Amino acid sequence: MDLSVTSREESGRTVVEVSGEIDVYTAPTLRERLNELVGAGHHHLVVDMEGVEFLDSTGLGVLVGGLKRVRSHDGSLHLVCQREKILKVFRITGLTKVFPIHDTVADAIAASTAADEANATS
Amino acid sequence: MPTVALRFSPLAEHVRTARLVAVSVARRAGFCEDQLDEIRIAIGEACARAVAPAPTASGGLGLSPAPAEVGLVDMRLCDDDDRLDVTVVQCDEHGDPLEGPAGSLAATDPLSMALMAGTADSSTQTAAAGGMVLSWSRQADGA
Repeated sequence: MDLSVTSREESGRTVVEVSGEIDVYTAPTLRERLNELVGAGHHHLVVDMEGVEFLDSTGLGVLVGGLKRVRSHDGSLHLVCQREKILKVFRITGLTKVFPIHDTVADAIAASTAADEANATS
Repeated sequence: MPTVALRFSPLAEHVRTARLVAVSVARRAGFCEDQLDEIRIAIGEACARAVAPAPTASGGLGLSPAPAEVGLVDMRLCDDDDRLDVTVVQCDEHGDPLEGPAGSLAATDPLSMALMAGTADSSTQTAAAGGMVLSWSRQADGA
């Protein structure tokens, strides 16, 4: 199954909807898309992975790279994922401590916005 | 004698084929769905290591799509009693295993190694071209 990456603006956040398989072959496509978004000034990303069927270490590397990139612009990267087999990949690699992972896009947007407001007032 | 053996050019687009073959063999051998997910992950990592180049000095995560130009990746699946043993090695173009750490197989991305260790019952790097041996013991469904 091919990888599909689309993005839209929602409540001041850029929601990146990813579906299909993220592996050593398709991960470069996701990396390019994330790089384009950050390059175009989208620094608060919500990556919706509900449609992702498979994720390997290359895909994890792309997400970590995306996180580093947005953080260098004081941005954020939140994930949306409820699929047990994908969550397991984050858990095994310890990346559940690195990425905020939410059940829904609405939850992710709310958390991302709240964190931003907390930073602004501190 | 392997149950199923697969050889493919060391190109990233063939890793999915290798995953599908491995999961299909394991399903036929009676492995449960949870184990099939683990097998899919670990085989994907082992084969990705065999096709991806070593991480670059610039500190990438080994993501460059440029593959090794020559040779083959050899995956052997042995379904024996209640075990599945999978060996992934890099070969030369005649199918002979490469000697010693060769090409990208010497690369050890910590995320990839963690995923293999976390999903296979045992995962061992072999001396031959830094290949991998992965094993699972069959669990009864629902175990």
